[in-house]
Amino acid sequence: MMELWQSFVLGVNELMPWFDGNVAAIVIILIKAVALIMPLLLTVAYFTYAERKVIGYMQLRIGPNRVGPKGWLQPIADALKLMTKEIIFPSKANIYLFLLAPILAIAPAIAVWAVVPFDEGIYVTNLDVSLLYVLAIGSIGVYGIILAGWASNSKYPLLGALRSASLLVSYEIVIGFALVTVVMIAGSVNLNTIVADQQGGIVNWYFIPLFPMMIIFFISALVETNRAPFDVVEGESEIVGGTHVEYSGMTFAVFFLAEYANMILMAVLAVIMFFGGWHSPFEGLGVLESVFAWVPGIVWLLAKSTFFMFLYLWVRATFPRFRYDQIMRLSWKVFLPMTIIWIFVVALMTQLHIGPWFA
Amino acid sequence: MSSEQIIFYILSFWFIASSLAMIFARNAAKAVLFLVLGFFSAASLWILLEAEFLAITLILVYVGAVMVLFLFVIKMLNIDKSTLRAKFAGYLPLGLIVALIIIAEMTLVLGGAQFGLEVMPSPAKHGADYSNITVLAMQLYTTYVYPFELAAVLLLIAIIAAITLVHKNEINRKKQSISEQVNVKAKDRVRVVSIASPSKENK
Repeated sequence: MMELWQSFVLGVNELMPWFDGNVAAIVIILIKAVALIMPLLLTVAYFTYAERKVIGYMQLRIGPNRVGPKGWLQPIADALKLMTKEIIFPSKANIYLFLLAPILAIAPAIAVWAVVPFDEGIYVTNLDVSLLYVLAIGSIGVYGIILAGWASNSKYPLLGALRSASLLVSYEIVIGFALVTVVMIAGSVNLNTIVADQQGGIVNWYFIPLFPMMIIFFISALVETNRAPFDVVEGESEIVGGTHVEYSGMTFAVFFLAEYANMILMAVLAVIMFFGGWHSPFEGLGVLESVFAWVPGIVWLLAKSTFFMFLYLWVRATFPRFRYDQIMRLSWKVFLPMTIIWIFVVALMTQLHIGPWFA
Repeated sequence: MSSEQIIFYILSFWFIASSLAMIFARNAAKAVLFLVLGFFSAASLWILLEAEFLAITLILVYVGAVMVLFLFVIKMLNIDKSTLRAKFAGYLPLGLIVALIIIAEMTLVLGGAQFGLEVMPSPAKHGADYSNITVLAMQLYTTYVYPFELAAVLLLIAIIAAITLVHKNEINRKKQSISEQVNVKAKDRVRVVSIASPSKENK
């Protein structure tokens, strides 16, 4: 196997000398990407199933239970249905931009995962500015929604796109400021360093000194991913389906995938920033630590993220939709001043060397 | 040619092509998208120069915020292209003169005499542990801390000035009291009136 691999690498290097013999590195990156994207898409598929089931039980229904045992094959059936459906192009729509919009939505939603650390040393790339990368690439996703609204040549999508553009831009600022406090404690914008800095049990996790920031981050994440109760972008009762009105078949499915991939990313980010990433919650607890020492870090990360993903569904089943202007007020007049005040609080805590976080 | 050179030429080609496409695009929204592509190419070139912090900031600020607002405004305005192109021929000589002056200036300032390999040798490659953001922060917060903070204050003044200009006229401003809206009771908004229904005998 190794000999075959080496002869393959040598052969490719001879065929393509301009890669400076880096073909092996490129192939490994591609393999890593596939190993990341396949489970991600599978998670997205079963997250939609979980959403329908969870909300179903919360509303005293059963949810999907016809396709396969207990409805387990429902997401597969949905995917097949969407793939075989016709893609309808609105008349006088800008076809290029109309098709570019879903691509611009899904590409950043997947590219962001390149820097997410799943365990010590398990990542696609260890970028030194990975937190900024997440924010920068995440902010590109808004183009998908804006273009979808504009290129559809239709009233409701345009209104949805206008709403989403203003919402996403304002809440990006809030998320940025909330994460500045995390960067201040960790002293780094590298996600690996941020998680490594939270080692040593629950008391070392950042959600204790940054509790208000954690709440603000989660609520802002709901807005960024267009989730209830902030889903005014596609509010059914007001603007039918917002930016997705004119999309059908696979083009709609791609938007759907992007939205759910972003939701999972925000859940994982919340864990990385505030809940110790891959660290076990039993660290520094004597017997419990040694009992759970065999559990790999990625399991803890995924378990903690699952809780936040469940929180998304819980919130959706619980709260009615916010009014549009109240969401804007929440961002600019409540969250933004709070985050700026907390930056000063964190600076003070750093100067006074409080707790295990600022030692 | 090394792989780095190939990547450099591809990115430079994209940068120039998207910039030209942006200028010649007939549709304003498409022009904005080509400009976004141009920003991406520039950011990628900076990453090639090991300036990853600047590259990411370019995308975060310009692509993520400024261009979104551009697109936002373009969508809401109904741009009439015929009025924009009406005086094109009249302004052409003046435009050409300005363009020529700018090209001449740029060749003088950015030409080989100032930025050639003899004057500025290509920077040494750093190892994997080199942190561009740390180096930049050390410079920004020690050597250049006063200019840096002055720039920040200048931006703050600009924000305050813009808001003051918009809010000059108190009369035209629409305001809502959130606490009033939240504390509203049903009896404040709905008046239940009991009307005596006409009896059936009167019909």
